[in-house]
Amino acid sequence: MSTDFPELTSESDADDLPPSPVNPLRDPSDRRLPRIAGPSGLVIFGVTGDLSRKKLMPAIYDLANRGLLPPGFSLVGFARREWDNEDFAQEVHDAVKEHARTPFREEVWQQLAKGMRFVHGTFDDDDAFDKLRATIEELDKAQGTGGNFAFYLSVPPKFFPTVVQQLKKHGLADPPQGSWRRAVIEKPFGHDLESAQELNKVVHEVFPRDEVFRIDHYLGKETVQNILALRFANQMFEPIWNRSYVDHVQITMAEDIGIGGRAGYYDGIGSARDVIQNHLLQLMALTAIEEPASFHPKALVAEKLKVLSAVKLPADLGRHTVRGQYAAGWQGGEEVVGYLDEDGIDPESKTDTYAAIKLEINNRRWAGVPFYLRTGKRLGRRVTEIAVVFQRAPYLPFDSYATEELGQNALVIRVQPDEGVTVRFGSKVPGTSFEVRDVTMDFAYGESFTESSPEAYERLILDVLLGDANLFPRHQEVELSWQILDPIERYWDTHGKPAQYAAGTWGPAEADEMLARDGRSWRRP
Amino acid sequence: MKIDLTNTTSSKINAALMAARRASGSTAAGMVLTLVIVTDEGSAYDALKAANDASREHPMRTLAVIKRAGRSPRARAETRLDAEILVGSDAGSGETVVLRMHGELAAHAQSVVLPLLLPDAPTVVWWPENAPLHPAQDPLGALAQRRITDAVTAESPVGQLAQRAQSYSPGDTDLAWTRLTGWRSMLAAALDQRPSHITAAVVEGESYNPSVELLGLWLLNRLHVPVERIVTGGPGITAVRLRTKDGDITLDRPDGLMGMLSMPGSPDRQVALKRRETSELIAEELRRLDPDDIYSTAVRTPVERLREHDDTVPAAAEQIAQAVEASVAETDGGPTGPVGAVEAGKKPAAKKAAGKRAATRDGA
Repeated sequence: MSTDFPELTSESDADDLPPSPVNPLRDPSDRRLPRIAGPSGLVIFGVTGDLSRKKLMPAIYDLANRGLLPPGFSLVGFARREWDNEDFAQEVHDAVKEHARTPFREEVWQQLAKGMRFVHGTFDDDDAFDKLRATIEELDKAQGTGGNFAFYLSVPPKFFPTVVQQLKKHGLADPPQGSWRRAVIEKPFGHDLESAQELNKVVHEVFPRDEVFRIDHYLGKETVQNILALRFANQMFEPIWNRSYVDHVQITMAEDIGIGGRAGYYDGIGSARDVIQNHLLQLMALTAIEEPASFHPKALVAEKLKVLSAVKLPADLGRHTVRGQYAAGWQGGEEVVGYLDEDGIDPESKTDTYAAIKLEINNRRWAGVPFYLRTGKRLGRRVTEIAVVFQRAPYLPFDSYATEELGQNALVIRVQPDEGVTVRFGSKVPGTSFEVRDVTMDFAYGESFTESSPEAYERLILDVLLGDANLFPRHQEVELSWQILDPIERYWDTHGKPAQYAAGTWGPAEADEMLARDGRSWRRP
Repeated sequence: MKIDLTNTTSSKINAALMAARRASGSTAAGMVLTLVIVTDEGSAYDALKAANDASREHPMRTLAVIKRAGRSPRARAETRLDAEILVGSDAGSGETVVLRMHGELAAHAQSVVLPLLLPDAPTVVWWPENAPLHPAQDPLGALAQRRITDAVTAESPVGQLAQRAQSYSPGDTDLAWTRLTGWRSMLAAALDQRPSHITAAVVEGESYNPSVELLGLWLLNRLHVPVERIVTGGPGITAVRLRTKDGDITLDRPDGLMGMLSMPGSPDRQVALKRRETSELIAEELRRLDPDDIYSTAVRTPVERLREHDDTVPAAAEQIAQAVEASVAETDGGPTGPVGAVEAGKKPAAKKAAGKRAATRDGA
């Protein structure tokens, strides 16, 4: 990988957090007072979509219920449907009742409902955007949103150029003096380096770089943020977190579902672009980074860029990467069709629904330690985890039969579900003979912390409103990730076909062979 | 699961707890703290219910200490420890032991509690009422990092603040302070939105509610301006006004549920500001177990530094006072008209409270 940091320095000035005037009621030691977003509103494009109903609306209500939204917070929906404000409020009400994590409270709802507006129209409709502008100005007067608005583009990427251009054309992207306008975009951030750069160009033409927030909801998860706490707040893990003790790292994200109704989006994209490029490379970066100088967004992104630019691909991609497609089979007691038989999929499709790759990170800490990344649909169960597998003890002072059942020590960060951390180590089996077997020591979030820890989207929406960019991948990270994945995709395009694996299993036999070549095997997550 | 042990000891309770956990297949590993509730039979039910709800956020071992010293010499002579162990679904997420201490044992509760504390995990003591004069010097309080009292349950709630101030040690906290978090964060957010130079402040709320005084003292400390305390019919705190040269920043909550934030140059906005349940207050208290310096500063500021709203205010301040009355009349003009009358009626009560306050202070 190339080691230049794209435009890191040119952004350094714009990246500093805005100075805030001293508020006499705030004190750093007064930690009961939560961070409340300043006066602001959120405009959602594609508000009738699934994401908006299942995640965004409930997250906004939960934030309000926790008292983290400013008084007068406003929510504007934009979609083609011919709703008026009341219909929209009713829709949000239903979504909140069904999906919110905190109990429904009428007074919180009343506070929110006052600031709900709906604008109907298509993305190329100038009148609709004029109406949107009028709505925002009306909200500034009626709700005191102060001109601060975030535009959440919950729409397919092909509409991004139209929407951002419309925002620009109607003056919606230009903040009035002393306020801000932000853009929030969801993955996919392109499908290769070139398209990602193109997309960044389109968005950055209209919104300044530090006002663009890319949502990778994995980074909003408590377990992912906890990777940094685990590594940098503790003394006991960091000394062994390097090539002297770590044998290899396995990062897995498995889904038990198929592509469902997403055929149009999924075919031609595949699991590597859908998952490895963003989620898994981010998890790898957090697992591997050096300690950042601070938790300033600039410091953290600098460390992540260092790791991502130190990534080295295997010389022989054929031997160290595998892709697969699920074939018909039985999954958890249900008979399911293969990928090529799914509705809307070309029977000749070479799209991968499973991908496993081996990466190395060329720096002093990690040289020679392979990072195995795998993801797939229709695998055994839904699970995401990072397993740091340690080397075997250099010498075992026991009879060889005593340690036959002893595996390698491992530290497993369970990202979802059943969030927590597991440590695996050997222990003597009770009895008169001396025999060592693997046992686990377990920390579960559900046991030690609140049941109602904030959902990823809550945290991310709040951070957008606060302007805190720490949990959002920067455009340099996105581009570096494509630089890592592009050669693999190019190799796959010209070599062979995806291996078939039966639905409900842990992937194709080729993936097992890939690890067996290195003398290792996949964990069963 | 519920296990009753009569005439028992701490080690038998420990053994029973471990057996109960084994039987239900869970471990103690996830519990993050021990909460000791010192209470009597009368309040035990409510306190345990609140702790139970709070344990959903903080899995913990709850030890309810119920002292039954006994009324007759015969009862006092019999020293006995009875325990009621609740694990599994009966105890929220955690485990609960109700400890009934009879006779002389009631004076040595710490000997029972100490062996039952979770290893390494922090300990919190909560007195739902009848808190000791010096929580940190109390034998049970001395075991804890965090000591929670509730001034509102005292005979003289406002006078109790002086007592809390005098005996304050790091780790003390009071639910009268916890009840303020919503107000404080909304006021801080208001100043975030509109950084203004505040010249004076007014807090309004029912009498016998020390939270009103604490809020005033906090504002006094943070803003360094005169703060006036006005007695209203409640419920709880009803309004806070921060005076700036452009007009008042007002947070008004007449019904204990929905607040209205008005700021100069901005439209009035509704904010949900519900009075919270005890379980929510306890859950908030357990979130941070380090000393709360902001509380310590607020509670140690003498209540006398708040201005009473009466005729003795100097002429200069009187104008302000009149302005307040005018604005009160304005905001309360509509359906809540009679509030003014209630307020007038309450004034003597405020004076009485002030008198009592002084008396308690002298006594302490």
